[in-house]
Amino acid sequence: MSRLLDRPVAALAEGIKAGDYSAEELVRESLDAIEAQSRLHAFLSVTAEHALERAQAVDAARQRGEPLGPLAGVPLAIKDVLCTRGIPTTCGSKILTRSESGRPSSSPARGWRPPYDATVIERINAAGAIMVGKTNMDEFAMGSSTENSGFGATRNPWDPSRIPGGSSGGSAVAVAAGMTPASLGSDTGGSIRQPAALCGVVGVKPTYGRVSRYGLVAFASSLDQVGPFARDVRSAARLLSVIAGPDPNDSTCADRPVGAYEAACDREVRGLRLGVPQEYFGEGLDPEVRTSLEAAISALADQGCSIRPVSLPHTRYGVATYYIVATAEASSNLARYDGVRFGLRIEPAGADLDTLYGATRDAGFGAEVKRRILLGTYVLSAGYYDAYYRKAQQVRTLIQRDFAHVFEQVDALVTPTSPTSAWPLGERIEDPLAMYLADVYTLPASLAGIPGITVPTAPVPARNGRPALPTGLQLLGPAFSEETLFALAAAWETTSPTRNLRPPHA
Amino acid sequence: MSITRDDVLHVAKLAKLSLKEDEIDRMMSDLAKILTYVEQLGELDTTDVPPTAHVAVTSTPLRKDEARSVLAAQETLAEAPRRVEDGFAVPAFVDEG
Repeated sequence: MSRLLDRPVAALAEGIKAGDYSAEELVRESLDAIEAQSRLHAFLSVTAEHALERAQAVDAARQRGEPLGPLAGVPLAIKDVLCTRGIPTTCGSKILTRSESGRPSSSPARGWRPPYDATVIERINAAGAIMVGKTNMDEFAMGSSTENSGFGATRNPWDPSRIPGGSSGGSAVAVAAGMTPASLGSDTGGSIRQPAALCGVVGVKPTYGRVSRYGLVAFASSLDQVGPFARDVRSAARLLSVIAGPDPNDSTCADRPVGAYEAACDREVRGLRLGVPQEYFGEGLDPEVRTSLEAAISALADQGCSIRPVSLPHTRYGVATYYIVATAEASSNLARYDGVRFGLRIEPAGADLDTLYGATRDAGFGAEVKRRILLGTYVLSAGYYDAYYRKAQQVRTLIQRDFAHVFEQVDALVTPTSPTSAWPLGERIEDPLAMYLADVYTLPASLAGIPGITVPTAPVPARNGRPALPTGLQLLGPAFSEETLFALAAAWETTSPTRNLRPPHA
Repeated sequence: MSITRDDVLHVAKLAKLSLKEDEIDRMMSDLAKILTYVEQLGELDTTDVPPTAHVAVTSTPLRKDEARSVLAAQETLAEAPRRVEDGFAVPAFVDEG
């Protein structure tokens, strides 16, 4: 039986408007799929009651003949990094749960209930979308596998013994396993693009400043962006056009009109100049991922794009630069978790203020978050600031200049999204540096603030008992060139061998 | 790059983190590895290269100076783990002795 949820977002909203099915039917199908796939642990909380109420409101509005929005009745999964009024928001961290008999709660249902909605939540609500739940993530979005969640790992629907990528692993899996047609995540150094690639879906990291961060729990404020996941490029484009645009509550949000992203998916790509940065195809790139990618690049050439090699010489410094800049910003942003105003409070009898802070933060934060707070504090501390933090900020300038220089010669870049396909759970969790190197192809664009889209390419073939696993093509462009990237992504998608491929465990 | 136990305890104090004994050892070795890795930035000559703190933020927009409603005190206090009437409760930190 064909499922409604397998249709693209625009078709789903059209069906609701035409009365072919109700929002309630759609939401029930989504809630059933979430229930059936619960062993993948994509969700931290399922907001069934809220979703059914909202669905009935959309159905009632249609019956009254009221105009419906571009996401009318469409179920969406929301990364638990976005504030949702009155609905538990944990950021994957026990420090955002209430304490139970002097210990952090292990239940996300005991999570912090924000007093307001993030701007992107207000926007999807106004567009008629229906949140069905909050998705699992690496704690405070720090990680590349979703294993750093304070509430247990998420599994990849292509092979449940493997990681889904991260940090937005839950949002990627919700879409890949057909629980929702699209979802929202956040990307600081690759946290949308990498899990999208490893789960075989489309993921978009918009230009820094394209989407409001009001109500996005802060990790590294000079890098964080909210963006969509979807099964297909046009659905992601529709979702981005709903959430993008200036916001008086976020002064870093760009005061620029939103592009016609969905229309851009039908644009001709003939004549576009694509650069292939040689530094992204060197040592460390899995040969099978490379083969899959080369086929996609040839397909774009067949559609009339010109392909030329380019160089981004400072690529290899991206990981080191990022892990100084991002941890420095994180150490400052995470100072707010003090056990006083919300979330966890661990207060031994007779504790003074410093003991309250220390005990709360020790019990509430996981190992990776502590590691990054310590590293960030170290690189900002007296005597080390110039050698580490200032140096990294200077190298960030060099990385930006690399991109500015190549974008004088080409319209966009094509690169791998991740050097490998999904790896087994547990393989890198004891080696933070190996985990950081998983983001080598996504970090430079984050540092430069430019947009990136990942689209699935042919899966790497099954081998030695493991099934075929997805891979992704990353398209990067100058700031605010999302329309060009959507055109290219959609052009590749029309010929991609991955169309209609579904993971075996979904 | 070597990181001493005192280095870890010093930054942990700055960051208001109290670490357990086994965490201290683990962090010494992890931080040493990561800091050794990032030292490769020293290969680059960055003389006269301006630092980038933020991209694409060219100005700080101003809004009209008009009163508008914000969260009510009770909403703000609703999730406080401990509160006293209309405030957040904290341990005494001024010695009035």
